[in-house]
Amino acid sequence: MLVLLILHLVAALLAPLFVRWWGPRACYPLALAPAAAFGWALAQTPTVRDGRAVVETYPWVGQLGLELAFRLGTLNWLMTLLVGGVGTLVLVYCARYFSPGSLGLARFATVLVAFAGAMLCVVLADDLLLLYVGWELTTIFSYLLIGHSTERRSSRWAAAQALMVTTLGGLAMLIGFILLGEHAGTYRWSEIAAGSLPAGGYLITAVVLILIGALSKSAVLPFSSWLPVAMAAPTPVSAYLHAAAMVKAGVYLVGLLAPALATVGPWRPVVLGAGLATMIVGGWAALRQTDLKLLLAYGTVSQLGLLVVLTGAGTPDAALAGIAMLLAHALFKATLFLVVGIIDHGAGTRDLRELSGLRHGATPLVAVALLAAASMAGIPPLIGFVAKEAVFAAFLDRPVILAGLVAGTVLTVAYSARFLWGAFADRPGVPPARLDRIAAPLLLPPALLAVAGLVAGPLAGGLDGVLRPYAELFGAVHAHLVLWPGPTPALGLSALVLVAGGALFALRGPLTPLLARLRAPVGGNPGYEWVVGRFDRFAVEVTGATQRGSLPQYLGTILVVLVLLPGGAMLAARPWGERIALWDTPLQLVVATVLAVAAVLAVGSRSRMTAMLLVGVTGYGTAMLFVLYGAPDLALTQFLVETATIAVFVLVLRRLPARFSARPLRRSRWLRRAVGAAVGLVTAGLALVAASARNAPTISAAFPDLAVAEGYGRNVVNVTLVDIRAWDTMGEMAVLVVTATGVASLVFQRSRTGPRPRRQQRGARPQRPGRPVWLRGGARLEERRRSIVLEVMTRLIFHTVVLFSLYLLFSGHNAPGGGFSGGLVAGLALVVRYLAGGRYELAEAAPIGAGTVLGAGLAVSVGTGVVSLLAGGSVLQSARVDLYLPGVGDFYLVTSIFFDIGVYLVVVGLMLDILRSLGAEVDRHIEAAGGATSRLAVERGEGA
Amino acid sequence: MSAGGAGPTLVLVVIVGVLVGCGVSLLLERSLTRILLGVILLGNGVNLLILLGGRPGVAPVVGTGAVEEMSDAVPQAMVLTSIVITFGLTAFLLAVGYRSWYLTGDDEVPDDIEDRQIIRRAERDEVTTEDLGGEGADADPEQVDPEPARRRLRRGEGVE
Repeated sequence: MLVLLILHLVAALLAPLFVRWWGPRACYPLALAPAAAFGWALAQTPTVRDGRAVVETYPWVGQLGLELAFRLGTLNWLMTLLVGGVGTLVLVYCARYFSPGSLGLARFATVLVAFAGAMLCVVLADDLLLLYVGWELTTIFSYLLIGHSTERRSSRWAAAQALMVTTLGGLAMLIGFILLGEHAGTYRWSEIAAGSLPAGGYLITAVVLILIGALSKSAVLPFSSWLPVAMAAPTPVSAYLHAAAMVKAGVYLVGLLAPALATVGPWRPVVLGAGLATMIVGGWAALRQTDLKLLLAYGTVSQLGLLVVLTGAGTPDAALAGIAMLLAHALFKATLFLVVGIIDHGAGTRDLRELSGLRHGATPLVAVALLAAASMAGIPPLIGFVAKEAVFAAFLDRPVILAGLVAGTVLTVAYSARFLWGAFADRPGVPPARLDRIAAPLLLPPALLAVAGLVAGPLAGGLDGVLRPYAELFGAVHAHLVLWPGPTPALGLSALVLVAGGALFALRGPLTPLLARLRAPVGGNPGYEWVVGRFDRFAVEVTGATQRGSLPQYLGTILVVLVLLPGGAMLAARPWGERIALWDTPLQLVVATVLAVAAVLAVGSRSRMTAMLLVGVTGYGTAMLFVLYGAPDLALTQFLVETATIAVFVLVLRRLPARFSARPLRRSRWLRRAVGAAVGLVTAGLALVAASARNAPTISAAFPDLAVAEGYGRNVVNVTLVDIRAWDTMGEMAVLVVTATGVASLVFQRSRTGPRPRRQQRGARPQRPGRPVWLRGGARLEERRRSIVLEVMTRLIFHTVVLFSLYLLFSGHNAPGGGFSGGLVAGLALVVRYLAGGRYELAEAAPIGAGTVLGAGLAVSVGTGVVSLLAGGSVLQSARVDLYLPGVGDFYLVTSIFFDIGVYLVVVGLMLDILRSLGAEVDRHIEAAGGATSRLAVERGEGA
Repeated sequence: MSAGGAGPTLVLVVIVGVLVGCGVSLLLERSLTRILLGVILLGNGVNLLILLGGRPGVAPVVGTGAVEEMSDAVPQAMVLTSIVITFGLTAFLLAVGYRSWYLTGDDEVPDDIEDRQIIRRAERDEVTTEDLGGEGADADPEQVDPEPARRRLRRGEGVE
């Protein structure tokens, strides 16, 4: 059975390709998938007739005890035949129904085949959770199919409504399944049904929830409204989803669970009450429709109510009648929908007030429709008659229900007649429509279904044998499916129903005012709209109350929560230890004082540049604290980063206003500071708690030994970065690459990969004779912006600095340094080149794209990991290579150096990208703007 | 070097509080530059906070001192990563600030327009969507698919 599902999946995936090749005719090969399901089910008939089941299980999610468990019993067998058979015919029909240029045909074909697969999953699943998965898949695919005409509002609305109602039901059902499964200890329905469910209040809840799912799927009251609305779908979809397949899923579920659950308290009242009401109300509504498709839709709602009553009643005879009715309904209702599709297609309308004289010249179509409608009305010798006889016979001892069923059936007869009359009658005053020759692929599917309904009637005896095992699940079966039962009360009721239904149809004229006044609530669209509207209003209110749109407000809320909850907990518990040292070394106090003063001043500063410099002071101060704490690597990196930060800041601040705009809201400023002070206090408290909270030995005790033994390095921090915790570093590099790309894309208006600014024409600017050229790109700077001292210094130190950065990179394994600090030093060298010589000098210094450097760095690091994997180690494992070089002697290389080289390149690439964007490109903006604002903000402003 | 022993050091605890407090005050401002400076201050404070989780000591380089006296290497590796990421974030926010200035002449973060619209809707008791599917007051609500194919054909859209 898994093979069939996979076949559907493959067909669905191939569908777009087929549609591109063959247009609508692609539906022919696609029809093979449901046809295979049909054929397979047919081959299993002997097994099913013997009352045995075909079982297949495959392991799926072992941890959850989830299996792909399939089981083919009698009910599953029938549903598989219907899903596969009608699916095949509908696909064949689609091949001619759609014109070659139809929009969205590839999507339609894909989704329709996928839907057939999902439906198959529902009817074959034995595991309730697997059934749920298939169930929700059918919901989603039906959403896509109903909303096929995406450009029409009614279509989108109908799709959303179907999705909303059935998903809600599905979720309720899932909870019900879980309740059942957890109490029974298994999710395999065959096992749950075989054992006895533990009694308890949960069972009632579970039954109600599952029934909500089943009834909403089958459009039974009070969930009926979505089905008529769903008629916005293309007609083949209606024929398949809304007659034969999807809406039957609810009936199928009721029928599947009834043998075990029908005796549970609320089951029978709910099923019988809702089913009967739906049957009568739906039938009444069908009498008022003028759109033939809607007439059928309300008829379907009515019949679904009947089916739910039959399969849910929980008696053997009703079950036998129910399963026969299930077959009969699929055969005649799918036929009628397909007939409506042909009429709509040929006549251009399906409104019965505009149709006239169609029966002339369309004899085959009329015959097909007649057969199907007669079966719907229950006229012998069709299968519909056999089923209806069984229905009446099954409820002869329950007069109330029987009365309801008879009333509903009278309505069925009446709207069957109304359908035929509406489709084919001659109407005076209406220009007669004519159908052109109907293509065989359009006529063949409904004809086959109608003939099947005709043949199945006389074969009722054989059918009885095959379907009986299902009814026997409920107990001993007394009834039989027979074509001619002889003179019985049921036969009398049938005759009565036919006469009454015919009379109701004949009286349609006088009854019109009554029909118009007595509007059935089954099209409960207003109710649905009311609920959705309420939700919408509620959502608007909640969003309006919480999403105020102000960033400070959001941050403030988060921070206040931080103060109240962890801060309050801290005050309540007072977990800090007694021993608090004032300082590790008195120097800390000096540094900390400077740092604190700078931080507080930075908050109050009105000038951008001053604030930035003060924050820089805190950065350098933090670096000093790192030194005093015994963290030289951190201190080195912090110093370098702080310097780079200031450089980048200056690049941007030259464009921004010198001062922050004055904000008059003084109260809010004090509020901000109060929040700041509170958060600071809580954080200090947290620091105190965290520092004294250690109650287990630190894992870093093992790191020194690990670093030497496995990382072959002595600098523990660096080995941690490139070996022990190398994955973290890999993630960080990815972040840096993304950041660099983000910076570039925010500043560049065009692609940054285009031609780089190069020194265009050598000597474009006349050079003063005799003046030595220190930086070639500097010659293109404006004269007043050049600084000869800076140029000379840059010329002298640049290569030394780059060399030093390489030294840091290579020595980092054993001494403070490494890829980060090395890369930052090299980046600062580039900053110096840029500051001294401008953007042309930057291009001169690094004639390579920043993206290339970033990509190379990432590639080198990832490559190191891959190589160590290929060499048989784990990813990013280090190896030591001993080498000998004449003149140097023995030395060794650790492979993680390549990882560090990658880090180095990424950091250099980041710096280069920042300089290209915030430096060179902003220069270009300034030049384009006429240079008026090209002076640094600090030069114009009042500065510190 | 470690006069304080295993317990926390008051000076560092206080400075963490000051840095975070000042950072938060700036973070709650509207100017992107100030927000960014707040992030940097906050970052420095939190880096020190993380460092406080380990113990101080001599540099964690094998061979320069006794292993027992070394400072804790794990928070240091974490903080080193964090310093570099903060730098990347700084550059990114500066670029955002520049972009904001380039487009609006300022680097202030205004209130979200969409959010303000929703608030206005809430005040006027409106719903968010107009797509409620009603087909007009005169239409029969049960005739939900009132557009027969002929009209579509007339418009030349093809059938279905």
